[in-house]
Amino acid sequence: MNIFTELGRYILMLKDMFSKPENMRMYWKEFMHQCVEIGIRSLGIVIIISVFMGAVSALQTAYQLVSPLIPLSTIAQIVRDTVILEFSPTLVCIVLAGVVGSKIAGELGNMRVSEQIDALEIMGINTKTYLILPKILAAMLTIPMLVIVSAVLGILGGKLAAVATGIVSTSQFDKGLFQYFKPYNVFFALVKAYSFSFIIASISSFYGYYVNGGALEIGRASTKSVVVSCVLILLTDYVLSSILL
Amino acid sequence: MIEVKALKKGFDGKSVISGVDAVFEPGKCNLIIGSSGSGKTVLMKCLVGLFEPDSGEILYDGQNFTTMNEEERKLLRRQIGMLFQGSALFDSMTVEQNIMFPLDMFTEDDFTAKLKRVNEVLDRVNMKDVNNKFPAEISGGMKKRVGIARAIVLNPKYLFCDEPNSGLDPLTSILIDKLIKEITIEYNITTVVNTHDMNSVMETGDHIIYMYQGLKEWEGSNKEIIFSKNKLLNDFIFASEFLQDAKDMRQLEMKGKIDNNRNMDELMK
Repeated sequence: MNIFTELGRYILMLKDMFSKPENMRMYWKEFMHQCVEIGIRSLGIVIIISVFMGAVSALQTAYQLVSPLIPLSTIAQIVRDTVILEFSPTLVCIVLAGVVGSKIAGELGNMRVSEQIDALEIMGINTKTYLILPKILAAMLTIPMLVIVSAVLGILGGKLAAVATGIVSTSQFDKGLFQYFKPYNVFFALVKAYSFSFIIASISSFYGYYVNGGALEIGRASTKSVVVSCVLILLTDYVLSSILL
Repeated sequence: MIEVKALKKGFDGKSVISGVDAVFEPGKCNLIIGSSGSGKTVLMKCLVGLFEPDSGEILYDGQNFTTMNEEERKLLRRQIGMLFQGSALFDSMTVEQNIMFPLDMFTEDDFTAKLKRVNEVLDRVNMKDVNNKFPAEISGGMKKRVGIARAIVLNPKYLFCDEPNSGLDPLTSILIDKLIKEITIEYNITTVVNTHDMNSVMETGDHIIYMYQGLKEWEGSNKEIIFSKNKLLNDFIFASEFLQDAKDMRQLEMKGKIDNNRNMDELMK
């Protein structure tokens, strides 16, 4: 299947997702279930990577700032902006492409192979609306939240590492943290988070939903969804940075 | 009643079903039999709308399924129940939730009424105390019965069963066959069963269609199949050793070489 066929199929999948739900209550239930699966269940890994990401960022910035002319509070500024602009939205979303993306592709792939999707179709349910739309909406609600949590924890991790190693004092770090702060950076991070969350959920749903074969193909679909999501995240990251910064 | 008229379906230019006509009547177990690759699964998938036929018509009580739009199909599909080869139960749900799912989706009943209906159908398929078990915790035969319970929970007019005996031991197979037959008669459902299990054919085949290379090769009942003169059908049904013996005995009887008062019905019992 060439890239244009795949792209066409992907666009048709997105178009077919929008149909009238058979029972709104069931769709809401599925949406909430996906919020828990995508959001809550990813919280642990997001906390761990965010704290270490911030800590490493602080230590490496301090290592490179050797000039006595640059105030130590600059470390906090650099940590803050790096975390908000790049680390939290991009790095966290790349990790989530692995964690959430492979899970979605695996789940839908298994449902396809074991005829559960066919069973839903025969019941008269639009499977794209019931299975894919709640996943995309849940991802677009919870992943930006995770990115905000990640940014806060990343900065806290940076502060913890910088203060604990004696590089800067708490007051110096706090001073730098609020210096030249641009709220636009948060807006930019959220635009990235929304874009990436759509990519993660829709791409992995696409590869999972259209699995054809058996267990081996489910694994392949999972891997392919992660690879394609990561490439698209990086490409979108570049495009958004070019346009919005 | 389901009518199939001149149905054709192919993939990548290769014809899989080449113009099949058939009528499936209510209150009867209509069997589609044939060896692997004969087109029976494709025919069933066309009947339920999982594949779009290339040409021909499928009429559900006179309504043309092939020309219906998606919304009309959705409404019709609520009258269809299907038992899949692998049961297709939802892994993440318990038995009770699996059976309750169509009720949750398509009825406004309260939980008590839905639970009552779930227990009714579970009782109908002779299953008790399994409500809170997950599909992974029950046997293959039990999964099939739960699949049947889920298929009939909305009182369908049409029931499709795709190889209901695959992966089951002979005793459980007979139980599933009997259950399908009883339910068909009890609810006056138009049942279409896709199988290559000869025990099922003899047990439940009120109306049988034999498919060979995408064509309807033979049509009749379980009473007629054993005496058919169709060579292709005979090669298929007498492939098993037991039935080959039966065939040999039948030929000996016909030639008068053995004095045997048993008729084939008795022999098959």
